[in-house]
Amino acid sequence: MKVLVAIKRVVDFNVNIRVRGDGSGVETNNVKMSMNPFDEIAVEEAIRMREAGTAEEVVAVSIGPAQSAETIRTALAMGADRGIHVLCETQTEPLAVAKLLKAIVEKEDPGLVILGKQAIDDDCNQTGQMLSALLGWAQGAFISKLAVAGGNAEVTREVDGGLEKVSIKIPAVVTVDLRLNEPRYASLPNIMKAKKKPIDQMSPDDLGVDVAPRMKILKVEEPPKRQAGVKVENAAQLVDKLKNEAKVI
Amino acid sequence: MSAYTAPLADMSFVINQVADLMGVAALPGLEEATPDLVEAILEEAGKLGSEVLAPLNRVGDQQGCVLENGVVRNPDGFKEAYGKFVEGGWNGLPFDPEYGGQGLPWLVSTAVSEIWCSANMAFSLCPALTVGAIELLTTHGTRELKEYYLPRLITGEWNGTMNLTEPQAGSDLGSVRTKAWAVDPSDAAISTFSGMGACYRITGQKIFVTYGDHGLTDNIVHMVLARVAGGPDGVKGLSLFLVPKVLPGAGGSLGKRNDIRNVSLEHKLGIHASPTLVLSYGDDGGAIGFLIGEEQRGIEYIFTMMNNARLGIGLEGVGIAERAYQHARAYAAERLQGRNVENPGGGSVTIDHHPDVRRMLLSMKARTEAMRALAYFSGSCLDKARRLPDPEDRLEQQALVDLLIPVVKAWSTDTGIDVANTGIQVHGGMGYIEETGAAQYLRDARIAAIYEGTNGIQALDLVGRKVARDEGRTVLALAATIKALDKKLATVSGDHNMAVIRGRLRTGVEALNHATRWLVETYPVNVAAVTAGAVYYLHLLGTVTGGWLMARAALAAEAGLAAGEGDLDFLRAKLVTARFYADHQLVGAAALATAFMEGGEIVATSGPELV
Repeated sequence: MKVLVAIKRVVDFNVNIRVRGDGSGVETNNVKMSMNPFDEIAVEEAIRMREAGTAEEVVAVSIGPAQSAETIRTALAMGADRGIHVLCETQTEPLAVAKLLKAIVEKEDPGLVILGKQAIDDDCNQTGQMLSALLGWAQGAFISKLAVAGGNAEVTREVDGGLEKVSIKIPAVVTVDLRLNEPRYASLPNIMKAKKKPIDQMSPDDLGVDVAPRMKILKVEEPPKRQAGVKVENAAQLVDKLKNEAKVI
Repeated sequence: MSAYTAPLADMSFVINQVADLMGVAALPGLEEATPDLVEAILEEAGKLGSEVLAPLNRVGDQQGCVLENGVVRNPDGFKEAYGKFVEGGWNGLPFDPEYGGQGLPWLVSTAVSEIWCSANMAFSLCPALTVGAIELLTTHGTRELKEYYLPRLITGEWNGTMNLTEPQAGSDLGSVRTKAWAVDPSDAAISTFSGMGACYRITGQKIFVTYGDHGLTDNIVHMVLARVAGGPDGVKGLSLFLVPKVLPGAGGSLGKRNDIRNVSLEHKLGIHASPTLVLSYGDDGGAIGFLIGEEQRGIEYIFTMMNNARLGIGLEGVGIAERAYQHARAYAAERLQGRNVENPGGGSVTIDHHPDVRRMLLSMKARTEAMRALAYFSGSCLDKARRLPDPEDRLEQQALVDLLIPVVKAWSTDTGIDVANTGIQVHGGMGYIEETGAAQYLRDARIAAIYEGTNGIQALDLVGRKVARDEGRTVLALAATIKALDKKLATVSGDHNMAVIRGRLRTGVEALNHATRWLVETYPVNVAAVTAGAVYYLHLLGTVTGGWLMARAALAAEAGLAAGEGDLDFLRAKLVTARFYADHQLVGAAALATAFMEGGEIVATSGPELV
């Protein structure tokens, strides 16, 4: 079975996010960028499947600017076999990404597509679900456990009320949560090998997908600064404040 | 506890703009080291450093190592971290691919080692010592020894140690008493190792053996300096032996324990997580060792390995300085105290608003950057000295490496201590409290000025072997190269910062030339006066060479800014540190030259009774 993993280049989780001076978006110039942490977990899971013999090939796909090739290189250094880079200099919305991924799935014919449950930059949490709908495939979102056997994937989903175990037919789309695994560090020999692994580059046009945004961002602003709190003397005062100041009870 | 983030922007900048990665990657055998690969390597090393090694730095300091029933116990987490380090293949970075290494340039190894030193200096010593053992074995070991030991040392599955010092033999290795005698090859006890070459029995006691025992690996490969019975006194009688903790068994497996006993573990000022052993060899009749190279050439072999080892120690100075700087900067950006001196009516400000605190932070940053530049530059020269096609060019680079190594070792470790010390000062009273974490850097940094040849010994090596011996030829050639940068600096002297840097560098290099000429004239007639101030000369050479590399960095930054290319904030900051370095460090060059040339006399003419 072939496994396709979708990865996104995002602002590194350690970086303090700053809004651009003109309010047009988040500052990404000269900011450290890395692979979306959820996607690292997706890559790790795919590699473990190949190591366990349940998958034969792991293909890492990224959609984004020229530098996204570096993010694909990181996945290759972790152990993915080859990469596909859809070069796209403009911002892409989840629907466009899902359409592009659908076109790639149709070409590559994988048995499983693994995605991070969401990207830490826009926190959309939509791409995996949209992709599954477009493909008409089963989906398992927010999984913390995955076992593929026969024609099924047994997944454990992290839902609000606890854990939900479901069996889905493959081919399927799954999106991964934090507790699925702990991604490995790329080893030095693998970093060097990654340089020689192939990355196919293509454009949205090649895949026949219109990626023009359907939304217009009017303005991006910093959230209001948090005000210092006050200490209340007793419970009665607290209830009073909640009632009359915050008006929440 | 402070977080550590590898300063990847500065590392890449120095590697590419100052240390000539392009030139290094053009050398035969190093073609793979392209800028994008080097960047990927540094990034991943940075991750391992900050996520795995750095969090153990404090743990290691607090728990230290313990000797229990003759066995050394490492602090929590160190075994797992070492496992990740070995699994990642990091140990083999610069070594021969024939034995499982990655064959990358020393330049890259230098940068990666800096990350390990910053993240956890006590941890980094284990792989650092292994490098020395690998070098010795690669250059002088028999084919059989290499085949058995090299692959496991290169992966890091086993580690290497240096057993040189004895209680009466510190800087003066000529007084080593550990004995060795050849074993009859027909002796049944050693028949298993007949493939390893000449076999000896060893008895004696060694002290200060870094990572001399621990639980991180299944075997330890000790390199032991000993005197073969009947050999001459002094350093000339010393031979070098490979003495494994566990002897080779049948079919390449591990066999019996060798006759080596852990006597005790030293209690040290710093690097608590690095076990420093007293080892006793041959309590039970004689430890078994294999001769490295030929008898009575041990000291010569040790010296060929020293260059690399000393470069590594210099990096400890750089690494600790970087970590101390990051810690102090983070504290100063959060600590609210006092009012802005220009706006006393305003509210409290973080202490990085106070000019004196900013001066301290900038001095930490600027000196760290200058040291990094010099260390990487030396790493790059080392690659060229080994791989340039023309033998003449190789010799020239080797002379430069030989000149710079004592400077990297001593100047960077002295400066590292200074920077860590300033880090405490930035914290004020909190810096003196252990919980803050700033004090550990100073305690850890302190040893680097002492081991692998004290900094005083480095200065003697510099003025005697590296400058007086070739009558200043190499250092004057370097000074001429530094002077030649003046022309380039002149083209941008419309910029005030660049004009200042140019002026200070010119004065600095004049001081260096002046002091060098005095050294060459005086050494043959008044060696006491020269050696009395040798440390000043070493600092002078470090200060000026560092200033030269900072000026080159400033030129590259200026060009980037003019073209609007690259991370402009980083380039602007680089200009600031280069200018700061010129104003605060290069200005000291003239004073160092004066102290060197004029300060030796009073020392040379005053005997021990006047001290």
